[in-house]
Amino acid sequence: MSIKHILSAVAALALAGGAYAAGADLGQAQKQATNWTAIVMFGLFVGFTLYITKLAAARTKSAADFYTGGGGITGFQNGLAIAGDYMSAASFLGISGLVFANGFDGLIFSIGWLVGWPVITFLMAERLRNLGKFTFADVASYRFSQTPVRVFAASASLVIVAFYMIAQMVGAGQLIKILFGLEYLYAEILVGCIMLAYVLFGGMTATTWVQIIKAVMLLGGATFMAVAVLLQFGFSPEALFAKAVEVHSKKDAIMAPGALIKDPISAISVGMALMFGTAGLPHILMRFFTVPNAKEARKSVAWATTWIGYFYILTFIIGFGAITNLIQNPGDFYVGGELAKGLKGGGNMAAVHLSKAVGGDLFLGFISAVAFATILAVVAGLTLSGASAVSHDLYASVFNKGCSSEQELRVSKIATLALGALAIVLGIMFEKENVAYMVMLAFTIACSSNFPVLFMSVLWKNCTTRGAVVGGFVGLILAAVLTIGSASVWEAVLHNPKGSAWFPYNSAAIFSMTAAFFTIWLVSILDNSEQAKKERALYPSQQLRSETGLGAAAASAH
Amino acid sequence: MQDVLDRITKNPKFHEFIAMRNRYSIIMAIISAAAYYGFILLVAFDKELLAQKTGAGVTTLGVPLGVGVIVFTIVLTWVYVRRANTEFDATNEAIIKEAQK
Repeated sequence: MSIKHILSAVAALALAGGAYAAGADLGQAQKQATNWTAIVMFGLFVGFTLYITKLAAARTKSAADFYTGGGGITGFQNGLAIAGDYMSAASFLGISGLVFANGFDGLIFSIGWLVGWPVITFLMAERLRNLGKFTFADVASYRFSQTPVRVFAASASLVIVAFYMIAQMVGAGQLIKILFGLEYLYAEILVGCIMLAYVLFGGMTATTWVQIIKAVMLLGGATFMAVAVLLQFGFSPEALFAKAVEVHSKKDAIMAPGALIKDPISAISVGMALMFGTAGLPHILMRFFTVPNAKEARKSVAWATTWIGYFYILTFIIGFGAITNLIQNPGDFYVGGELAKGLKGGGNMAAVHLSKAVGGDLFLGFISAVAFATILAVVAGLTLSGASAVSHDLYASVFNKGCSSEQELRVSKIATLALGALAIVLGIMFEKENVAYMVMLAFTIACSSNFPVLFMSVLWKNCTTRGAVVGGFVGLILAAVLTIGSASVWEAVLHNPKGSAWFPYNSAAIFSMTAAFFTIWLVSILDNSEQAKKERALYPSQQLRSETGLGAAAASAH
Repeated sequence: MQDVLDRITKNPKFHEFIAMRNRYSIIMAIISAAAYYGFILLVAFDKELLAQKTGAGVTTLGVPLGVGVIVFTIVLTWVYVRRANTEFDATNEAIIKEAQK
């Protein structure tokens, strides 16, 4: 299973020529022996975070508290929380596993996940904060007619959340088998129920603190491992690399780019999805409404970028540390003690095994618990943003305009419950399915729907409701349809014969995002309705608020 | 409030200011994209360059370049945020104050 697993991962990567999604997929895993240390550590994490949820619950009284934690979170805290949202188990285990298998290619892969952040910093952060209140649809619909824009924003958000969520839930089920040695089903129920407790009772305040705690634990654990590895080599990266080249079966090749990028169009397309998709993920965008003003919003992204970049440098060192520490001790870390049979638990377990090599069983338990807790926190953030789309964008802005804050809060809690149940059901349904493409699909849809709509509505005066909604849906549908036609879904998931995929690239972004922008532009300039004239006339006042922050929603008093 | 907003809208300094700030944001975005795509295009078209050794050891040019892209991205973000949070915010404040007089 294991060597096959690594080989198939490598093959898939080479085949796709840039299948960035591979790092987001944990694949099928074999159940390992029950790891009580990890379970106890995870229990401690859950106990502590539930206690914080209890404190947060006392402060979550209004819809504003539920969506934004009252808007009183500092830029530094929010930066950590954003990093917590973004550093998934898949990026920790997947990227370090990729470095372990291929060396340098893992670094190329991780850089892609960082490039979306400057775009958010330079173009979006303060405008989001100045125009928005609870969801990004507040920003996109500022001068447009509410119903169509909200319906679009909620649909796109829910589709993105669904794909992202399935990938996380299936990942949780696979991880629990190898990290804790428990059944797949336990993971679905555990993650579903604990996450529900956070979101339902503690809203954004609890979710934010869960993200922060998780981010600190993950960064702390990863730092410890990287330092321990560097210590073995007297803090000389060259010595670390030299040893890795000596023991790795690919020798010198691990220091150079391999098969990660073959086809430049796919590489550019994947880059676009990552670069602009990040600025269209609803659970990331909603984090900008938790800070009091534009200044703090900017600081949040700067901190988030710092922590995420630092984390990727750590995973690179960890991957190399795994090469030098694990390959020479096949007895402890390899199936049957044979290198040829691959790592116990599969190629993604490199970082987990390394934690045992440098810190013993206790640290292994800690890292396992952190890796699993990571999924919990990400799922909580996704659920909260999905619930906001339902309660704030659909219920309070379309179906029951003028409802009270209490009514809106009640609907958001019902939506949370429904999404939690859905997450569990989807997690169980997709257990045996190939979900490798899903996170990438979520990014592709985000960069082709939410991002163009947000960008054009805020920065282009002539944009109209009709243009935004039609263009947004075109991008959403095209992104989904082209992804289905690519080899990673058409052949790998739908089991059509090899070579039959009718979309030749592995990312649709370059086409679907361009189509979305073009459609928004074309439909907007052709729109001569009275409504369109009114919307264009409102641009100066929107611009004034988005650029100066005058009239921006204030933090609620606490 | 409305007359304050009107005065800002009519103030040429406001339009100059946001035009300058937008230009700066877009230039920064282009620089960060260029750094990333430059690296990716090297990976796609000039693997040999990245595989070149930097010294007598095994470390290749790709490693400092790759880590460099990460560090550069972080630094660029902070450069923007520093300037926006001090200089730009001060100008913004001044324009609002002027309109409130």
